[in-house]
Amino acid sequence: MAQIQIKNVAKTFGAYQALHSIDLTIADQEFMVLLGASGCGKTTLLRIIAGLESATTGEVWIGERRVDHLPPRDRGIAMVFQNYAVFPHLTVFENIGFGLRMQKMPEAEVKRRVERTATLMHIEQLLKRYSGELSGGQRQRVAVARALAMEPDVILMDEPLSNLDALLRLEMRAELKGVLAESKTTAIYVTHDQVEAMSLADRISVMHQGHIVQSASPIEVYRNPAARFVASFIGNPPMNFLPATPAGGGTWTVAGEHFQGPKTDAAGLDFAIRPEDVTPSETGLPATVRLVEPLGAHLLVTFAVDGHPFRAVLDSERVIQPGERMRLAPQKGRIRWFHPETTQAVS
Amino acid sequence: MTASPINTAQVRKSGRFLFQASVVLLCAWVLVPIYFLLINTLSSPETVASFPKPFWPEFDLGSLSFFANFAGMLKALKNSIIVASLTMVMAIAFGAPAGYALSRFDFRGKETFRVLILLTRAFPLPLLALPLAVLFIRTGLDDTLFGLALVHTTLAIPFAVLITFSLFSGIPIELEEAAWTLGCTRFTAFTKVVLPLIAPGIAASAIFAFVISWNEVFAAAVLTIENRTLTAFLLQSLGTSPLHLKFAGGFILVVPALVFIFAVRKYLFAMWGIANR
Repeated sequence: MAQIQIKNVAKTFGAYQALHSIDLTIADQEFMVLLGASGCGKTTLLRIIAGLESATTGEVWIGERRVDHLPPRDRGIAMVFQNYAVFPHLTVFENIGFGLRMQKMPEAEVKRRVERTATLMHIEQLLKRYSGELSGGQRQRVAVARALAMEPDVILMDEPLSNLDALLRLEMRAELKGVLAESKTTAIYVTHDQVEAMSLADRISVMHQGHIVQSASPIEVYRNPAARFVASFIGNPPMNFLPATPAGGGTWTVAGEHFQGPKTDAAGLDFAIRPEDVTPSETGLPATVRLVEPLGAHLLVTFAVDGHPFRAVLDSERVIQPGERMRLAPQKGRIRWFHPETTQAVS
Repeated sequence: MTASPINTAQVRKSGRFLFQASVVLLCAWVLVPIYFLLINTLSSPETVASFPKPFWPEFDLGSLSFFANFAGMLKALKNSIIVASLTMVMAIAFGAPAGYALSRFDFRGKETFRVLILLTRAFPLPLLALPLAVLFIRTGLDDTLFGLALVHTTLAIPFAVLITFSLFSGIPIELEEAAWTLGCTRFTAFTKVVLPLIAPGIAASAIFAFVISWNEVFAAAVLTIENRTLTAFLLQSLGTSPLHLKFAGGFILVVPALVFIFAVRKYLFAMWGIANR
């Protein structure tokens, strides 16, 4: 059992506040992804959990133990680093067995575990090599195998795939997901890549400027962003926003069209819709085509709606020319509303 | 502005010529004296005094063997090796931790500390010699090999710090962090991961400390009387020796230093790179 609890953790570097009182609970065996742009504090949070960085205030609990005063080696964690950190003076075997030997494990057991994890990561034929003789992907496999061999309560990963080329990243991503599900460890995975986050996570915590903005399942984060930041960070292209003015009784005017919305007395709201959730139709938002980008399966079309840029992903069968005027009907149930000042979702 | 292809080719050609000429000149500047030293050392006393010199040495070992049997010579050689070895050990023992601290920790006055390390080299030893001699006599360190090794250590430490600093900085911190998460303390991570990776560099900076002590003559001459090192001994006895013996003495001093420096040149470049920043 290794539930992780982060209680009121804050971190300052001099005058700079990297983390603002973070509270987060990660369930046993959960795959948690910390997602955010660079500088949002996600790596700092991971390093505080690992014990490589100390929190300015707050507590970190792993399982039933408070660990924030313990050195990394006593926390029951293993970590995979962005640049792999495979020891260059040791063979792959010695790398994977490094932590086990530090625990003074009998040599026969070390050998058994190293061979098992190496087989799991498909590097059993590389055990005698040194890291200089390995490709980036192979080094990453060694780093993951080294962490898994420890059979840790928690495995922490700091952008482990970001140094791999695109194709390899896809392959490793799928493999990581399988291997970690099998190992039944709690995992915390830091990335700035939303696709990676979506595909791996049981739950995503979106971070922004030292805060966790939303912690929810990938689909929930995508469909019901808690704040405008999440809506504009997740999804490629991101959500479209248009200003809406109240027309009374929960009806809102957007680009001259009326939509049912939340019943609040706000002076204005932001109307939001995903680019794939609109279809060309007889009625809907009046739009003028500005730019057409064929993407193969789809067309990415940039419109101007009431003077605001608006992107839509449309079927590539259609022939669309710049300058063309059309109407875009939002799909039912997919419209979201955000408060322009608090930037929080309104329903 | 119409540089024809011929012109560019010519410019490139003369540029290359200039470069090659400079290389030849610099090499000659360094190598010719060493070459004459070699010729004269391995020549009979008559040839040393004659002109022009033969191109090939005669392999007359007379001067060298005379030198080896010179009274006090072997003892001075032994003293030199002892002092240089002590210097080497102390310079690394104090210099490497300082280099590690400079590369891994952030502390107030770090940059100043780095500059001060370099500045110790700007302080002229002759200025220190008298107070140092008085102090050594008072504490009983005068005319001891350990006392001299202390002075040489001070001379060698800046280099030891800067070389090891650049070595440690070349080891990604993630390697240490990975070791910490895998069950290491700061100390075991150092011995199991960092040390094996920088061992060759440490050896190089140790050898460099050795050479600094080996070459040092001023402090050695001032602070020792009975227990002279090779340099001080030669300085004292060669002034009155015939020419061929001077050459032999010079040869014995220069060659080990040259060989050592040649062996560790790669690491010295690394150090200059850091020191020049």
